[in-house]
Amino acid sequence: MTLTDYLYYIILPILAFSVLLIVYRFIKGPSIADKIIALDVLITTGIGIIGVYSIIHGRSTFLDTAMILALIAFLSTVAFSYYLEKRNRKK
Amino acid sequence: MSSVIIVILVTLGTLFVLLSAIGLVRMPDTYMRISVNTKAATLGVGLILVGTAVFFNDLSTTSRALVIILFVFLTAPVSAHLIGRASYFMGVKLWKGSVMDDLRGKYQKNSHVLKSEIDDTPRNNVDHSRSEDDIVK
Repeated sequence: MTLTDYLYYIILPILAFSVLLIVYRFIKGPSIADKIIALDVLITTGIGIIGVYSIIHGRSTFLDTAMILALIAFLSTVAFSYYLEKRNRKK
Repeated sequence: MSSVIIVILVTLGTLFVLLSAIGLVRMPDTYMRISVNTKAATLGVGLILVGTAVFFNDLSTTSRALVIILFVFLTAPVSAHLIGRASYFMGVKLWKGSVMDDLRGKYQKNSHVLKSEIDDTPRNNVDHSRSEDDIVK
């Protein structure tokens, strides 16, 4: 079994299953904070999937996409929490 | 030889990502979910990216992977703290089996100022152990 087969048939299904679990929490989440956390972890897992894909296909340019995704994840979490806190603040 | 190292690193990273996903579903409380995901998912993605850097064995790819790891490791605690603070102000309750709440009654509800001790204005404090009706009475 080569490295590509191992990544393709074992690692990627496990990552896809964990994405399914995170999407379940994203849909169910009792409060909106849970949904924001699930979105953050979803993007973090996406960075991992992009890393595995770049090993499988042998193309290192996929990592640029991962960098932009990390930026977007941080920015979206900060913006969501800022506005959630501002919404509850009464003058 | 290098493929063995890649397999070990990627497998460990995938296990950490899977454990963080299971923790996200199983944990009873928003704050515990934040705690699980900040540590486990960040470590898993870091290990996968180190495996990528070992696979390409190239200066440009290694530096790119290290920049992503550094960025994720720097921003995960910051975003976890911000969303935890926002959810505490939103009134997300702690799990009923939680032992103690160090912030009880110390955040001011209107000005969002953190005080070091519980003062005598209970109407203005954020306190999850009481419901809103008790404070109004």
